[in-house]
Parts: sequence; C-alpha cells; structure tokens
Amino acid sequence: MRQLKILLRVIVWAIYLALVVGIVLGIVSLVRLNGPIYFLQAVIDGLKLGFVYALIALGYTMVYGIVRLINFAHGDVFMVGSFASFYAITQYGWGFIPAILFAMAVCTVLNVVIERVAYKPLRDAPRIAALITAIGVSFFLEYFTALRWVFGPDYITFKRPFKVVVWNVKGVLISNITVIIVVLTIILLLVLQYIIRMTKVGKAMRATALDKPTARLMGINVDGIISLTFALGAALAGAGGVLYAIAFPQIWTFMGVMPGLKAFVAAVLGGIGNIPGAFVGSLLMGTIDVLVVSFLPMGSRLRDFFAFFVLIVVFLVKPTGIFGEPQIEKV
Amino acid sequence: MAEYLINPRHAETNRILDIRHLTMMFGGLRAVSDFTMAIPEGGLYGLIGPNGAGKTTVFNVITGIYQPTEGSILFDGREIVGLPSHLITRLGIARTFQNIRLFQNLTVLDNVRIAYHTYAGYSLVEAITRLGRFTRRERILTERAQDFLAVFGLQDRQLELAKNLPYGEQRRLEIARALAARPRLLLLDEPAAGMNPREVGDLMELIHFIRDEFKLTILLIEHQMRVVMGICEWITVMDFGEVIARGTPREIQNNERVIEAYLGTRSEKGIKFDAFGS
Amino acid sequence: MSKRRRGFLPSWVPTLLVAVLLYLLVVYAQKSGKITTYWYQVIQLASITAISALGLNLIYGFNGQFSLGHIGFYAIGAYGSALITKDFLVKWSGMRIGALSWIIAGQVGLVLTLLLVKWMRVGAVRDRLRAGLGAHLKGHETWVLTTIVVLLMTAVAVAVGVLVAGQLHKWLVLALGKILLPLPKKVAQQVVFLLALLNGGTMAALVAFLVGLPLLRLGSDYFGIATLGFAIMVYTALQNSDMVIPTMKGARGMVGIPRWTTWPWVFGALVLSVIIIRNLIHSSHGRAIMSVREDEIAAKTMGIDVNQLKTVAFSFGGFFAGIAGGLYAHLYGFLHPSSFNMIKGFDPLIIIVFGGLGSMTGTIVASGMFALVIEGLRVLLPQGFEDWRFVIYPIFLLLIMLLRQQGLLGTTEWGWLRAPLPPERDIPVPERVVQPSPQDDEGEEA
Repeated sequence: MRQLKILLRVIVWAIYLALVVGIVLGIVSLVRLNGPIYFLQAVIDGLKLGFVYALIALGYTMVYGIVRLINFAHGDVFMVGSFASFYAITQYGWGFIPAILFAMAVCTVLNVVIERVAYKPLRDAPRIAALITAIGVSFFLEYFTALRWVFGPDYITFKRPFKVVVWNVKGVLISNITVIIVVLTIILLLVLQYIIRMTKVGKAMRATALDKPTARLMGINVDGIISLTFALGAALAGAGGVLYAIAFPQIWTFMGVMPGLKAFVAAVLGGIGNIPGAFVGSLLMGTIDVLVVSFLPMGSRLRDFFAFFVLIVVFLVKPTGIFGEPQIEKV
Repeated sequence: MAEYLINPRHAETNRILDIRHLTMMFGGLRAVSDFTMAIPEGGLYGLIGPNGAGKTTVFNVITGIYQPTEGSILFDGREIVGLPSHLITRLGIARTFQNIRLFQNLTVLDNVRIAYHTYAGYSLVEAITRLGRFTRRERILTERAQDFLAVFGLQDRQLELAKNLPYGEQRRLEIARALAARPRLLLLDEPAAGMNPREVGDLMELIHFIRDEFKLTILLIEHQMRVVMGICEWITVMDFGEVIARGTPREIQNNERVIEAYLGTRSEKGIKFDAFGS
Repeated sequence: MSKRRRGFLPSWVPTLLVAVLLYLLVVYAQKSGKITTYWYQVIQLASITAISALGLNLIYGFNGQFSLGHIGFYAIGAYGSALITKDFLVKWSGMRIGALSWIIAGQVGLVLTLLLVKWMRVGAVRDRLRAGLGAHLKGHETWVLTTIVVLLMTAVAVAVGVLVAGQLHKWLVLALGKILLPLPKKVAQQVVFLLALLNGGTMAALVAFLVGLPLLRLGSDYFGIATLGFAIMVYTALQNSDMVIPTMKGARGMVGIPRWTTWPWVFGALVLSVIIIRNLIHSSHGRAIMSVREDEIAAKTMGIDVNQLKTVAFSFGGFFAGIAGGLYAHLYGFLHPSSFNMIKGFDPLIIIVFGGLGSMTGTIVASGMFALVIEGLRVLLPQGFEDWRFVIYPIFLLLIMLLRQQGLLGTTEWGWLRAPLPPERDIPVPERVVQPSPQDDEGEEA
C-alpha cells in the first residue's frame, strides 16, 4: 500500500516535471524561432494592447458589478471616445491632454444619457429586457455615427498630436506611445482605485453593488451611484478610445465591437465585478492576442478564435474566472 | 453505545437516516461542525436552533445541494454523500424549502406532475410522436396528480398558476409536491414560517395527517415552538453548527443550554420556554 | 387561467385551418404575381428565422439557459448541408457522394465515440479513482491522475470512432452511389436535399451536445458569454475554412450552392418544428424542462436530472438552428461568414424576447414582424435615407422593450399550441381530506 502510494506520487510529480519542461521548452523554442528580441517585442506590444483593453474592461466590470447588465454598448462608447479626440485634434487643433479630457467628458455625458434613457426605466424589468436594450443602443451608436453627416462609414486616419519617438533598447523597439499608454492607464487606474477604496462615494458604490435595497435603506442615492458608475466607466473607455486610436491610427464606427467584446471577455476572465481581476485579465488577453498574431501562421486571422478559446478553457477549469469567487447558491 | 444514537430505545438496524460526524465549511466558516444524528424509521422528528445555527445547511447537505467537507450520511444503510441531488431524491428523500420554491409560472397541476416525472414511464421519442405508451401513461399521470391534489383540497385550483395561490396554499402545494416524489423521508424546512396562528393550526393537522396517511418519516426544522413541541417526538437542538441537546420536547424545554442558546444569558431563569414561540 | 373553457371545436381544428390558409395564401400570392420574388424570399427567410428562433426559445424560453451562441449552430447547419448538396453537383473529394458520406460517417463515428465513453463508464471510473486515490494523495495529485486516466479512455474511444468512421465512409460512398445515382435527377435532388438538411440539423445538434456538456454547468451569464465565445469561434473558423476545406472558400464566400429551398420545403419544416417542440413541451419531459427554468434546485430535489434535460433542450435547439441554416443556405445559393457574425447572432434572441420567452406563438408572430420591420424600412425609407434603416430599427427595439417588457405575448399560446386541458372527470374526493379552515378575509396573502 505504502509503495503504491509512493509510486503514484512519483508518477504525478513526473507528469508535473514533464509539464514544466514542456512549457519551458515551448517558450524557449518560441524565443529561438525568431530570436528573443522578437519574442520580447511581441510581449511588450501585447501588454500595450492589454493596457488599453484594461481601460475598457473596467467599465464593463463596474457596470456589471453594480447592475448585472452586460452593457454591449460600452464598446461603442469607446469608439465615440476615439472620434471625439479625433475631432478635437484635427478640427480644433487641441493638444493631446485636452483631447483626452474632451473625449472622457463626451463619453461620460453620453453614457449617463444612455443609462438614464435606456436602462433606468428597465431597472425592475427582467434582466433580458435591459440586455436587448443594450444591444439596441449598441446598434444605434454604430449605425447612427456611420451616417454621412455624423462620422461617416469610412476608415479615417487618426493624426497623432505628437511626434512618435522610438527608442531601441537592445533591439526591442519601445515607442513613446507605449510609454504614454502604460503611464496614463496606471494613473487612471490609481485614481479609480482611490475613488473606490478611499472616498465615501466609493464606499457607496461598493455597498450598492453588494445589496441595492439595503444600500437604499442606508440612505444611499442608488440611482445616483449607478449613474456615477456608468460615468466613471465611460470616462475610462473614452481615454481608452484615444489611446487605442494613437496606437492603431485607423478609426471607423465599428471599431468598438471587437475590442469591446475582448475587453469584456478579459473582465470575465479575471472574474467579473472584480477590478484587479479585470486588469490582469486584460493584460493576459492583450498578450495572447499579439502572441497569436506574431507566432502562428495566419495568426492575424485566427486571433479572435484563440481569444475566445482561452476564455472557454479558463471557464472549464475555473467557472467564475481567475479571481472570481465560487458561486454558492443560497438555498 | 455510540454517542450519536438519538434514542436508545431504537435498535440500530431500524435507522432510516444516519448522519455521522458531518462537517461543512464555507471558506473559513464552519457552518456545521461534527454533526451527528440518527433517525429511526417512522415518526416525527424536529431539528431546532437559533438563526444561523446551521439547520438548513444540514438539509442542503442531506439532499446533495452542498457537498460536505467531511462526514457520512447513510440513508437506509446506503451512503449518499457524493450522490447528485436527483438520485438522492429518487432514493426516497424529498424536501420543502424555507422560502417556498414552487415552479411559479407553471400550474398547480404541473407542479405535482413534475414531481411524478421520474415515474412518467414514456420516452422522449414517444412524447414527440405521441405514440406508444404516451397517451395511456400521460392520462394515468394526470389522474394521479389530480387525485393527489384532491387529498390536499387543491383540486379546484389545478389550472391556477402556482404564484397566484395564497401563501398558505403555496405551502400546502409545496408539501404536496414533495410527497408526490414518493419519499420515505420528508424534510420540512420551516413549514410554519410566515403563517398566522390559524394557518399554523391547519399545518399541524396537515403534518399529522401526512404521517398517518403516507407512512413516512418526517424531519422538520421549525422556529415556532408551538409546532415543534406539539408534534415532534424527539428533538435535536443545534447552535453554532453543533448539537447542544437532544431529547423529548419536555426534556428540551427544561434544558439549560438550550435556554441559554435561545436567550443568550443564563441568569434569566423563570422565563418560560414557549414565551418566544407563538 | 382556471376559468379556461373547452372550445366548441378541438383546438387543432382552427390551428390547422389557419396554417393551411397561410400556406395557400403565399402560394396564391406568388403564383398570381401579387408579390415579387424578393418578397417571396423574404417570407421564406422569415419562416426560416422562425425555425431557428423556435430552437432558441426551447433553450432560453423554456429551459432558461441564456445562450448567445445560437447563430453558431445556424452556421454549422448551413455550411454542413451546403457542402453535401454542392458536392452532389460539383466534384470535390474525387467522388460524387464524398461530402455526404463523410458527414454521415463522421457523425456516426462521433456518436460511437460518445457511446463508448458512456459504455466504458468513464464517469464512474473517474469517481471511483477520485474516491480511492483521494484517501492517499493530495487533491491536485488525485486530479492529475484521474484526468490522465479519463483522457486515455477517451482517446481509445476517439480512436475507435475515427477507425469506424473511416471504414464506414468507404462503404457509404459505394452504397449511396448505388442508391442515389440510378434515381431520376429530380428525385435524387430532393432526396439529397432532405439528407443534407437532416445532416445539417444533426451536425448542429451533435456540436450543441458536445459544447453543452461542459458549458451548461456554468451559471446563467457565464453560459451566455461562453456560448457567445463559441459563436465567434465558429465565425472565425468559417472565415478561415478554406485552409481545411477549399470548397468552403473562407472569407470569400461559398458560391454555387443549388437553390433548392422552396416555400413547401420551408413551410413543411416550420410545421414539423412546431409540432415537435409543442409535443415535447406538453409532455412530462417538457414540463421537466420548464421546471429547470423555474427553479433548478427545486427541480433537482424533485428527482429531475437537471444536467440531462439541459443537454436535451440545448441539442434539440441546436438541431432546429441547423435545419434552419440548411434551408437558408439553399435559399440564396450563397454563404458568407458575415451572415453569421455577432450582429446577426442577436436576431433570434431579439425575436424570442420580443415575441415572449416561452411562447411558440409569440416566436412565430415576432419572426414575421421582425422581417416586416427590417424589410419594410428598406421599402419605406425615401431615396438617400437607406442608411437610416439600422438607425430606426434599434429605436423600435428600445421602444418595444420600454413599452412591453414581457414581450408581445408573454407566455401565452394560441390554439393547438396551448397546453392541453386535463381530461374532464370527477375527481374523487378521499374520505379524509385536509381542508384549510375557512378564511375570514379573502385578501390575506403574504
């Protein structure tokens, strides 16, 4: 009996060893395939994309956390952010920082209006009604802005309001765009964390997310808090829209669909409703995206496939996401 | 003699339910801790305790909704820990819920017919093609369900949606539905919750009736002392996930630890136990 | 509800009448030239969408499983059946019946694999191992060993399935050739079409079964997201399908599919779907399916195998989506992945919510109205305002959701689709009954 136990242990640890060796060998062979610089470059580009996803994912996860609604229109708010900064820069000649603030403001107003008009009347309705409305709002934003006299249906080239500088760090190319994205995202995240963890409003938000009726009884203005959540999410998405456009300077009115969905998947991957989870999930999603594009043949055509493949695999192992708490059904 | 024997008068072979050293943890929280209880076949038993004592958790573990952290549950001598809920029910354990869980948007008749599904006796293909055993079995199924409703005085309500019934009748229907699953052991989770004194009286009559008519064992969780003291033969008291007392209603009424658990202090002697029942 | 009266006629009479009238009306309108070919196709497309939406209603409306991936099954059915019929005309894998026999053989192989997994009692072996090893080893070690054993057993089953499928294919090519090729062309066409549709349906159902097996255990929203992910995976796979099967043409779109879909085919499929779903729902199995929607835990404690029923409903729903996809493929003779993207994927969901979750009548009516709105806007909008179609449509959607949150019909059904009343009889009242004591005030409800 004892020997059998030891034998089984040995087998298991041999398997673990094989797995670790396999993963290491896999990474090594990836690195050797096109050189370590190529690999590092892909990871850095992936993280850059991941930081942008994080800005979108946070809005998704906050809104879901507070009203349990998959806000499909969020990706389109992100798109409006891109266009707002585009007009601020090209039409009014504004600088980079004013353009970002402008985009954030526009998105905030837009999202609060959407919330008031489309979601608030349905707060006591079955959840599916609000979801259908969200799909409707998403369609509306996409097709309305695609009208000729709004943003137009064509791809527009986004002019960056600053010169692109590329530093060569031992072969790995890092541009000031990457630096701006990372620094700005981190600043915004810290501000968000400060609001949620340290302020009274943040406490009210957390209370509302946990239990709306009780929060109301405690004298919290629940409707106001929900609007505020939409506003915060939209501001982040607006900033995300500008950063995305700077990184990938081709914008059109349907640009929000896929990044929006992937950011949402990233939020779910990290455990929906969980802000650090959304951040980690986004970085993971961005990295996977770019690694697939860089290393797989036909990768750019298969990137979406793998993004969702990873989601389903994670679901099979951990049904509520990486940092999600297991659901315990109250009986 | 094993410590968990509920009543020394009953031989070990006679036990329908035998819970041994059951522990249930939620994260770091110990909801049920080393819980041991045995129930002989036939009769009415009570499980009481203050709010949050872990009574409902015990029910959830018995019916397979939660997997216990440790311990074993024997139903009629057979281990049921690890079995999925529906198989446990098919072995012969049915239950009701603290906050009534009817199939709200289905009719009263359908609620009972669903409990009969295990005995429907026709296949999916027969259902779709309406051939074979379908017509006959479906008629038998419906008639049985109707007869069953008649026993509970619900036959005139059969086409009403379950959610439209008054509260007392919803409770009644939930018990009827549980009985339709043909249990040998019936678990009732606070059947008198939210009832007025007259409805409670009806309920007690109903429980007696069920015990006589269906020849089964009943284990019930209850807060209202009037119900527990009035109908249970033997009572187990829980507090903070542990058993603190067992005995006949009379013994429990005078048990110091039980009074302490309910009132929180030892000093206030003289307060009669049923002062906080109804 | 309790006051529901028995009609003068059995409920199937008016329903049959309406169905026949509808059918003849369309035939007449088309024959007499009252409607253009365009509208004739719109009517067919609306009916096809209705079939797919009925499938989703079974999954979401009746069984309560929030699926966003229905379009994926629709796509599988469309491409699967198109491969068969296209191959019937064009040579693909060297033999004329290639795709048909491959698809049938593949499905048989898959079913055999699944059956083997069941017969080898992989689940029971896993549980035994887990219990046996768990006593000696740590949790993660047990998990690794059991997973490996399960994977090995599954691999054996898959290998057997693949072997059998390979042999079966060779044999099927010969057999099908012997049967189909001597038939007159017209007859052979119809037979192949029927086989293609059925295969599209069963392929979709099998995929639904496989996808549902692990995913249906997830909670409601997580299931929705996972199925959405599935649909996007199908979409991406279709865009790159030419890498595996050149005929599917990937992102360029599959052309040259015979246009065999006609109104009788569509109508027949719709009627059959309605009959199947109606009979299923109004049976003990159907009631059990609905109990899962109402309260999963209560259903479990009533002895209902919740996972099994979810899988049944999901596979059936996938089957109808597959049939609808097959009809769609042969309606226009052209398939493009973008017909199966996410935006289109919301259509069936919108239809069933709009028609009323859990109402077959509602789904059918809503499918018609949906087509009417989308196509009507195309006609009504003046020159230069065509782009406004999808601006106005979401506004419609919003207004409807704001005004009628339960959908058009809620859960009401009409005619033969309603639950049959229990047979009229005197219910014997037993001697000893427990009646509630008389109530003083009627409105006493908690």
